[in-house]
Amino acid sequence: MTNNHMEKSSIYIFKEKEEFKPSYFQDEVVIALSPAFGRRLKETIVGIPHVSVIKELTAGIEEEGLKVRYVKVYHSSDLAVISSIGSKLSGSGISIGIQSRGTTVIHQKDLVPLDNLELFPQSPLYDEKIYRQIGKNAAKYAKGEIPNPIDILNDYMSPSKYQVKSALLHIKETEQIIKGKKPVEIDIIVEEGGIH
Amino acid sequence: MKRSKRFEMLENRPINMDGFSKEWTEVGLIAMESPNDPKPNIKVLNGKIVELDGKKRETFDSIDFFISDYGINIDFTEEAMAIDSLTVARMMVDINVPREEIVKISTASTPAKLVEIVSHLNTLEIMMAQTKMRARKTPANQAHATNIEDNPVLIAADAAEAAYRGFSEVETTCAVARYAPFNAIALLLGAQTGRAGVLNQCSMEEATELELGMRGFTSYAETLSVYGTEAVLLDGGDTPWSKAFLASAYASRGIKMRFTSGTGSEVLMGNSEGKSMLYLESKCLFLTKACGVQGTQNGSINCSPLVVALPNGFRTIAAENLIASMLGIEVASGNDTAFTHSDIRRGVKLAMQLIPGTDFITSGYGGIPNCDNVFAGSNTDCDDYDDFYTLQRDMKVDGGIKPIREDEAIYIRNKAAKVCQTVFSALGLPEVTDEEVEAAVYAYSCKDMPKRNKVEDMRAASQLMSDNITGFDIVKALYDNGYEEIAERVLNLLKQRVIGDYLHTSAIFNEKYEVMSAINDKNDYMGPGTGYVIKSDRWDEIKLKENALNPENF
Repeated sequence: MTNNHMEKSSIYIFKEKEEFKPSYFQDEVVIALSPAFGRRLKETIVGIPHVSVIKELTAGIEEEGLKVRYVKVYHSSDLAVISSIGSKLSGSGISIGIQSRGTTVIHQKDLVPLDNLELFPQSPLYDEKIYRQIGKNAAKYAKGEIPNPIDILNDYMSPSKYQVKSALLHIKETEQIIKGKKPVEIDIIVEEGGIH
Repeated sequence: MKRSKRFEMLENRPINMDGFSKEWTEVGLIAMESPNDPKPNIKVLNGKIVELDGKKRETFDSIDFFISDYGINIDFTEEAMAIDSLTVARMMVDINVPREEIVKISTASTPAKLVEIVSHLNTLEIMMAQTKMRARKTPANQAHATNIEDNPVLIAADAAEAAYRGFSEVETTCAVARYAPFNAIALLLGAQTGRAGVLNQCSMEEATELELGMRGFTSYAETLSVYGTEAVLLDGGDTPWSKAFLASAYASRGIKMRFTSGTGSEVLMGNSEGKSMLYLESKCLFLTKACGVQGTQNGSINCSPLVVALPNGFRTIAAENLIASMLGIEVASGNDTAFTHSDIRRGVKLAMQLIPGTDFITSGYGGIPNCDNVFAGSNTDCDDYDDFYTLQRDMKVDGGIKPIREDEAIYIRNKAAKVCQTVFSALGLPEVTDEEVEAAVYAYSCKDMPKRNKVEDMRAASQLMSDNITGFDIVKALYDNGYEEIAERVLNLLKQRVIGDYLHTSAIFNEKYEVMSAINDKNDYMGPGTGYVIKSDRWDEIKLKENALNPENF
């Protein structure tokens, strides 16, 4: 997926392929998406469209010369669970986990779920640029490098403004959980211009 | 509509930048007094609880089982539950009823019963009851020392200053998890330089946090989270049994530990079973008690913005602190999260625990500016010291800290930064330069610090863990390099885990490493002239105000 495939007139379809299988390709990063991501919910807590988030994460990874696979996690809305599953399915052992509200983490398969390589917990602060950097850093870890962690953004007044919204979004996210459903590989199909 | 200038002015006040929400009972977006909360009841058959708060044993989830089997004094429960809740509520504010009598009833009651009891109390009565019910007689306080660059030298200086100001515990965490060993060691060194006996913790993922404790880099732990619904607990990869096991891992190593919970977390994590936040928190506190844990950090913590967005927010948070105290456990009572743009609102929130006194008034006063707070900002930070001190002076209350002079702060920060520099060098860690030491002494935030090579730091941090460096290596590094006194302090802290006295409820150390806990410093409040009284030497410390006029010289 490249930038010019992602023009504003395009339609993006999150299409399920099949049960997600672990791979042995070390040149990939898995992006693990939460149950409502791109479907029931379409944008982050500050209104960044999910497709733009995906586009930036993907571009960041591709700029480092690596490939991307997308996995949809249905049975949990917990970011630690989502990202940990993603990393175990990733050929490189590196995943990016993301929730609908925009909370993001870079995970590695030999870490326990609640540990991480880099965590981005303040979703109202993240713009397209940060998601691009997250993609790049994840790819660097996948290549065995130790990149400089992305600068931490901290706005201590943000929760007092956004926490109610964050709770409501997470309630909606959790409603989309399908118990017992296994993670599924998805294609993100871009159909330019057309209406379907 | 033509706008009223006054309404326009009001609209732009800081308070109106806060988020607010109406109640929504079905999803648990209600702080307390939800119509969906169960009515208290208990049924005992053949020495087993077979019904708890309207649920039969056949339908118990794991939390219900655990609470029923380990968290309620079954020998007294039928008598306790038979006492009318309003009667118990009145006993709570009756100065003639001693604390022990209430604890005896509370520890034999059910989660819904304690919620019903505290719901009879208005805010002032909750505060009155808190004065009587807290476990330790002498109130204390805890500080955060973090920075968003994870600069260890700055952490050491900040911890030293916080310790010198009188905080009994200091807490750090990391912006990037792999920095954990450095932050923990820097905090340990800083705290022991600032004042002997100050406890330190590094809030991390649980396995890492435990290992830091076992290594002797930290001397207590706090961030062991429990939740009031099974779904959320399981989501965190836990069961009541796994939490109890983790608690016993700390106990077996002689390390102080408390659980963390707080209203709002279950809703924020998407599964409240439609119950009120206070009822779910009551279950958390019974679970804490059932695990044999001596204390809790509660008071909504980082869910505060959500809870106070709802009606009854402050009252609920004060009530959850009180329920913890009713169960006889230590309470580090929150006030550690920035939740409002309004200075009036955050001051009043603080006063609700500052005036009655709790075991730890805050479970994280920002000893650093909020822009450096990796816990995402505290209700009060280093810019608020003079406000806090003045409130202590205004009301003659003890919030656990005392004013210090600028030259004292500079001296102690310098010493701590140098201690950190020395230990880093002795352990072969990446160099701490003289320039960094100088910057850490005078810094406002990490923006004033020279940049460190983070990649090199993280490599060294992970090497330090695989080389099995422990607290004893730190003692040796200090002793061999001219810091015998600090070496002895760190060694003393390690010895304490063999002695084990600081595992008692609500334990802190004085400068001679003597434990002050709910055992030997028991809260015995029974009205005016009893309980904690500020002695004259302490009052002299608290009322000190550098910029106050001296009328005699006027």
